Amino acid sequence: MARSTEVERLSPLAPVYRAGPHGNFEDGVGVALSEPRPGSIVQLAAWPGEERRMIDAIRTVAGLALPDGAGGGVTENGRAAFGFAPGKFTVIDEKDGLAAAFAKAVTPAIGTVTDLSHGRTVIRIEGPEAEWVLAKFFAIDLSPPAFPLGAGRSTTHHDIFAQIQRSGPDRFDIHVFRSFARSFWTALCHGCEEVGYEVA
Amino acid sequence: MLITCPYCGPRDVSEFTYQGDGNRQRPAPNSQNLDAWNEYVYDRLNPAGDHNEIWQHSGGCRIHLRVVRNTLTHAVSSAVAVRGHHGGKP
Ligand SMILES: [Zn+2]
Repeated sequence: MARSTEVERLSPLAPVYRAGPHGNFEDGVGVALSEPRPGSIVQLAAWPGEERRMIDAIRTVAGLALPDGAGGGVTENGRAAFGFAPGKFTVIDEKDGLAAAFAKAVTPAIGTVTDLSHGRTVIRIEGPEAEWVLAKFFAIDLSPPAFPLGAGRSTTHHDIFAQIQRSGPDRFDIHVFRSFARSFWTALCHGCEEVGYEVA
Repeated sequence: MLITCPYCGPRDVSEFTYQGDGNRQRPAPNSQNLDAWNEYVYDRLNPAGDHNEIWQHSGGCRIHLRVVRNTLTHAVSSAVAVRGHHGGKP
């Protein structure tokens, strides 16, 4: 994984990724879609009772201070972290090498580190209609009081498991399995046609 | 039908997987008490009302839950994690 900078990373979305405006955009673009392609996606799982030490490791390694509470998260300086299950966290970095850094800090007594950098695809939706569009796909409350800035949610669109982080007031980063990414992207584009969308 | 996951909050039942009757008591693996095994494998209370059940939030945080569901109304009166998450190591 430390050598991944030497490998050209291919996007699973490439065959269907069409930059530009689409759908009903004559009256304005309701959402923008993009693929952030972070260098690192790491999943951390603390053994029961070790949650606090895992949160400390996230602060030390990634410089991110997680808020208390289920699904709490934060985005800062090209990095992001959120809880997606009890004692389990996803951490993202624009750059490579995050898994190796966590492997040093998270000892076997604290929990496990899983490098998902090549296993997940992140899809970003941003704009005034982002909540509206995502409400077609996910049966969760997307309003800011229920889903605050930085927070993460684990949910599904039919059988496509998704972790969603609110990374801005009207911006969401959706993590899906790489093998489902093209299918989900295609469905998301259909869902966006009504409001008009622009692919970055 | 909604189940309120203690981690994720209220979620649609489609995110959950039923894992069976929560009243069953599994005999010890070396038990030769055939009546106890028969009861564990076959006997069910089948109540018309509140029922103890095990569910998994398989389309969410993936924890297992003890759920009390009313079989007449589908009302879920309780949903708690099977394993407390602040206990000892597994
Ligand atoms: Zn849950």
